[in-house]
Parts: sequence; structure tokens; C-alpha cells
Amino acid sequence: MSRPVRFNIHPIEANIADAIGNAPSPEGFGGDGFFTARLSEVVGLARKNSLWPLPFATSCCGIEFMGTMGSHYDLARFGSERVGFSPRQCDLLMVMGTIAKKMGPVLRQVYLQMAEPRWVIAVGACASSGGIFDTYSVLQGIDQVIPVDVYVPGCPPRPEAILDGFMKIQELVGQESIRRRNGEQYKALLNGYGIE
Amino acid sequence: MTEQHHIKLPEGSIEKQTTTLNVGPTHPATHGVFQNIMELDGERVVSTEQTVGYIHRAFEKLAERRPLYQVTPITDRLNYCSSPINNMGWHLTCEKLLGVETPKRVDYLRVIIMELARISDHLICNSIVGVDTGAYTGFLYVMQYRELIYEIYEEVCGSRLTTNIGRIGGFERNFTNTAFTKLEKFLKEYPKVLKEFENLFARNRIFMERTIGGGAISAERALNYGFTGPNLRAAGVDYDVRVHSPYSSYEDFQFDIPVGKTGDNYDRFLVRNQEMWQSLSIIEQAYQKIQAFKGAEAEIYHADVPEYYLPKKEDVYTKMEALIWHFKIVMGEVDMPKGEVYKAVEGGNGELGFYLISDGGRTPFRLHFRRPCFIYYQAYPELIKGGMLSDAIVTMSSLNLIAGELDA
Amino acid sequence: MAIDNQFIQKTLTEKFGEMVFNYQDSYGMLSFEAPKEQNLKVLQYLYDEPTLGFQFLTDLCAVNYPDDKGRELAVVYHLHNLQENTRIRFKVFTAIENTDVFTASKLYAAADWMERETFDFYGVNFVGHHNLKRILNVDEMDYFPLRKEYPLEDQTRIDKDDEMFGRG
Repeated sequence: MSRPVRFNIHPIEANIADAIGNAPSPEGFGGDGFFTARLSEVVGLARKNSLWPLPFATSCCGIEFMGTMGSHYDLARFGSERVGFSPRQCDLLMVMGTIAKKMGPVLRQVYLQMAEPRWVIAVGACASSGGIFDTYSVLQGIDQVIPVDVYVPGCPPRPEAILDGFMKIQELVGQESIRRRNGEQYKALLNGYGIE
Repeated sequence: MTEQHHIKLPEGSIEKQTTTLNVGPTHPATHGVFQNIMELDGERVVSTEQTVGYIHRAFEKLAERRPLYQVTPITDRLNYCSSPINNMGWHLTCEKLLGVETPKRVDYLRVIIMELARISDHLICNSIVGVDTGAYTGFLYVMQYRELIYEIYEEVCGSRLTTNIGRIGGFERNFTNTAFTKLEKFLKEYPKVLKEFENLFARNRIFMERTIGGGAISAERALNYGFTGPNLRAAGVDYDVRVHSPYSSYEDFQFDIPVGKTGDNYDRFLVRNQEMWQSLSIIEQAYQKIQAFKGAEAEIYHADVPEYYLPKKEDVYTKMEALIWHFKIVMGEVDMPKGEVYKAVEGGNGELGFYLISDGGRTPFRLHFRRPCFIYYQAYPELIKGGMLSDAIVTMSSLNLIAGELDA
Repeated sequence: MAIDNQFIQKTLTEKFGEMVFNYQDSYGMLSFEAPKEQNLKVLQYLYDEPTLGFQFLTDLCAVNYPDDKGRELAVVYHLHNLQENTRIRFKVFTAIENTDVFTASKLYAAADWMERETFDFYGVNFVGHHNLKRILNVDEMDYFPLRKEYPLEDQTRIDKDDEMFGRG
């Protein structure tokens, strides 16, 4: 039996007024030709709108990531136009797909090569917790080997879900204190994973 | 200069003429996780040592724990670019074991879904070959039409990529009018896109010079290596499971099998391209056949097998037998015949086989997947020997290696 | 014209007599067995004989029958004759104490990795294989995981509660 269709058959006409929006500026005090704000907020604003992701795509979630990178769901509008494959140049490690125990050391090595500040997003059920593969050969979640900032559930998550996870990372990046990476708590977190 | 005390060079490293290069396991994401340690003489590949298993998820052991319906989600994750074909292959295997006959309309609907999956798989492979030779545009352009295919899957089963589509005996619900509208939209718009995509690469001089001659294999070697699918057809052997052991009423359709000559990267590209045209023609024929069903026949979407097909929820709440069947199927208490069955379907990469041994218990005693990617990846060292490193990369992507299917 | 199962059975019985036995028809496919020492002879004959011509190795896998003493591991070859479009299944059984089976990788290049996978999962030692190492599992693994005696889950994991999964 059919139901009324609401999406995708009759596209909405594009309107330029809808497409342009202004992001809120950070809190501060401004006047004629100057603006003062907290340094961490300005730095956060700059960082969060120009994250360079490293797509560590191993399986099915990688194909949904390819859909997210495509023009339909477009990750580039969040500032991550340039995806890099070298960990030395990237900020955000997007782990998409199942990580087997054989792959664990490789993932750790890639994470160690990234420079601070670095963030990790675990996309999909397999990266978050092992997913449906509760077997002898699958790592039950990448947080067994590296610290993770955002988990995106789904098998595979829809591109909208991946974008939602990305936006949460952006919130984290925008609000991070500049001193966080040198602080005691962060060092203790890394030591918990055996990373100096 | 005298010997150095603090640096110990490995044995024979001064005389060694070749470079060792580690390619993988983390490539520029699109291919999947496998590692090749190549010995290079300048740019030429002398030999390579392969390591796979970086995404081994123990599907075969997992299947021994799950009753038949619970195995379908793990078959999805074999070749995840065309997961409906894996699902249908599994359902066909179960139907062969259980002796279930599907009505014609179900077969034609299955053919539509499988051919859409084949188009989706070949689109990824061909556009990634384009990306590897430097042409990124084709990939982004055809992604939009893959999204339309995903929308059709979503109408039928609710999920985009790992579809878990269908049941033993048919489908979980009839195709809605929306699904058919979207299918018509696809059939109307896609040929133009495929023509543009083909024009971008097929007679493009740069692409031809990059791909012709690379990764060639002869038909005899390919058969000895167990190649199937587009890679074998590019080498010149016209073996297609849909024609040789027809399943799901493929014998009612009229289509050609494109065959190449030299088995190199260019032939593989052209074979996959032509297969997409053939798939499009099959979908059109199937759609016309489905529209020819009228009245009560147009409402059939599953075989009448209450032992294996979950009954409607309204019946479960009101009728006794439906409740009992529902309980038995969900708890896996349905009697299974003992026996061994091997069933093959034509997946995106070749002959995807399921070897199922049942001992009468609720779960398979042994389930083995005959995965085409695993079998033809063995030939990779022979394909790239003597060629250049950049050709080796293009060969890897033109073979369409899907890591999920390789490691299972 | 497909060669039918009776013709294959007749030809094999003429050549090998009692050595090839246990002919069965499972869902249309002929399946038969031979002692493990003779597996290469039978495979070579099936390959070379012009009336049979099974020159395509579709699949090679193993099955573990823990209750069948003396025949715990079966190595199953699925062969295919592409011209005549016929498939057959050939099995050899081996005991679990001594799992030596001759390798088919000299005859079929496809058997190379399939035998490595079988070794990795079940521990079948293929004699004469040029590189019999683990292929899909971690190299340091010291047991053969797909044998029935071993569980599916990793027993050292701490975050999943077996009680909740019904396996407590």
C-alpha cells in the first residue's frame, strides 16, 4: 500500500536568501575598528571551521563516508574540504569501520603520529564497541587502544549521523581551552593508554 | 673510510639493488585494508609480499551461532558495495536447502534489486579507477546516482547500505508506488549520466595510456587462479553464473555478456561499463514484466511458506497458527533438513558461493563463503610484476578489491 | 550437454575402483570421497581426463566433525567443468592427530590461499605448500579458531557481560 511521499520526489526551489547565514560571533567587546574576545574562543572558532580529517576507513562505514563526502551530503561545507591521508598533517582521525586485532597496532601508530591538538571520532558500531562482531578477532571498540572524543552509533550511520558527530566534534573544538593539552588531566588520560 | 662502530647495517644491504616499499594497510581510504610490501627496482616492481586479514571478522564462525535469518545481516557485510546481491544469494541458498519455490513476481523483483546493486558496485569501482588515475570528477558525479539507488533500497527495506533485504521466499513487504516511481526516475535519468561518465573515460587518451597494458592476465592463467566475474570476462572467458546456472528466473531475460581480450585494466573498465548497460536493460525488462502482473497477482511478494516466512503481525495477534509459526521462527525452533548445499550467485566481483552444511540443528553446522575477491587477489603479484608502481596502484583498484569480502 | 553424475561415477569407478567411494547426490551435486593420500591422483585425473575435464577449482574448505573419531577434519574441494557446466564435490577426511594432506596448489594456483586459510582456521597441514603461514588471523595466534572446541568470543574481553547476552 502506498503512503503520501514527502521527500526527494519534488525538490524545493533553491533560494539564495536561505543559503547565506551568519554564524554567531564569540562574546566580546567591540567598537569602531576593534574587537576583543577571549583567545581560546577565537582560536577555537578558527580551528573548528577548518578541521582536516583523516578518513581511516576500513569497511562499510567507509562507503557511507564516501557518500558524506559526495555532493548530496557534502562534508566540505563544514570546512573539511581537504581530507588528508597523512597523519602528520591532520587534526581529526575519523575511524570508520571494524578494527580487527591485527589492525590495532596500525591504528595506534597512526594516532601517535598525529600532532596535538588532535581529536578522534569513532564512526559506526564496530569502531565504538565492536558492533555485531563479538568475535575473537575483532577489537571491541577502538577505545581499547586510543582515546576517543565522539562516538557515532549506527551500522552504518546515515550520512546525517556522521555529520551530526562531526558537528559535535566542532563543538568540542570550539570550546576547548588552550591549556588543555598541557594539563595534568590530559596527560593522565594518555598515560592510561600507555602513550607518553 | 673505516668501518662505523655505531651503525650496524643489515646483511647484504649495501649490495641490495632494490628498494623495499610498504604500501598499506592504510591507503588513501578508498580501497580497503591490505598491505603489500613491494620490492622496487627504481620504479619497476620486482616482487611483492601480500598481507591480508586486517579486517578479519570471523563470519564463518559467527554463522555457526546464528539461525538462518540472523545470518543475513552478516552476509550484507561481505561485499558491502552491493549488499543486496549477498542477501539474495543467502536466501537462495536457504531456499535450495529447504526446498522453497518462489513465485515469478518475487523473482523479477529480486532481479531488479540485484541489478541495481550490480550497477552500484560497478559505479564505485569504475569511478575509483578514475580517481586513481587522477580524475576525481567522475566519482563525485556518479555518487548522486548511487544516492538514488540507496533511496530505492530505503523504500523497500529501510536501510541504505547494509540492507538485510528480503526473506526466505520473498520480500518483507510489497514494493510501494514510491519505490516504483523512484525506479522510473532512475531509469529515465541514469542512461544519460552513464553515457557522460563513459565519454569521460572510454576514449580519453590519458586514461587509455594509463590503463592499457597494465595488469594483464591471460585466460588460462586466470582460470587456473580461479578468477570469476568481470576480471575473468575481461581476460576473454564468458563465464557468468547468471547464464550458466540461472537462478531467480534470469533465464527469462535477454542480455549479453561483455567479454574483453587482454585482461588488462582498460578491458576491465570497459567490461564493467558495458555490464552496467546490460544491467540497465535487464532492469527495464523486469520492470515491464512486473507491470504486466494485474489484480491479485500484483500483490504477491513472497512464497507461501509459513514455516520459514514470518507471518503478518495482525495475524500473529489474532490467529493461533500464525502465533505458533512466529514463535518457532523467531526462536529458531523450525525443523531444518539435514544436508549439504552449494549455491552460487553472480556477485559484483564474480561467483559468490555459499556452502552450507546443516545437521538438523537450529544453526548451520558449517557455512563457508566462496569469496571471489579472496581468490583473485592471489594473482596480484603476477599481475604487477615488471610494471611500474603507479600501474600497480591502478591495477589494485581496477580489480575491485573489497576488503570485507577479502577477509570475511 | 552436461555430463551427468552417473557418467562421472562410472568413469571414476573404472579408473579407481574401490578407492573412490561414498557416492552421494546432494541437491543435484555428486559428492564422493577418497583416502587423503590419493587426493592428488584423483584431482589430477579429474583435470586431465578429456571426458571429465574438471579444470576449475571453485572452492576449497574444511569442516570439523568433532564426533567422528579418526575422521575429524574433512577437506572439501568443489570442482567445476566450465564447458559442460557440471559441478562436483570431492572430500578427503583426516584425523585430528596427524593432519597432513597433499597440497593441490601445484595443480590449481587458486588453491594457494585457500589452503592457507584452511590451515589458519583448522590446522590442516598441507604438505608441499610453498608458504603455509597464517593468512587471516594474527601471526602469533597459537590455536585454530574455527574448530568446534573453541568459543567464538574473545574470552579476555572485560566490557561485555555474557549474562546479558544469554551466554553466562
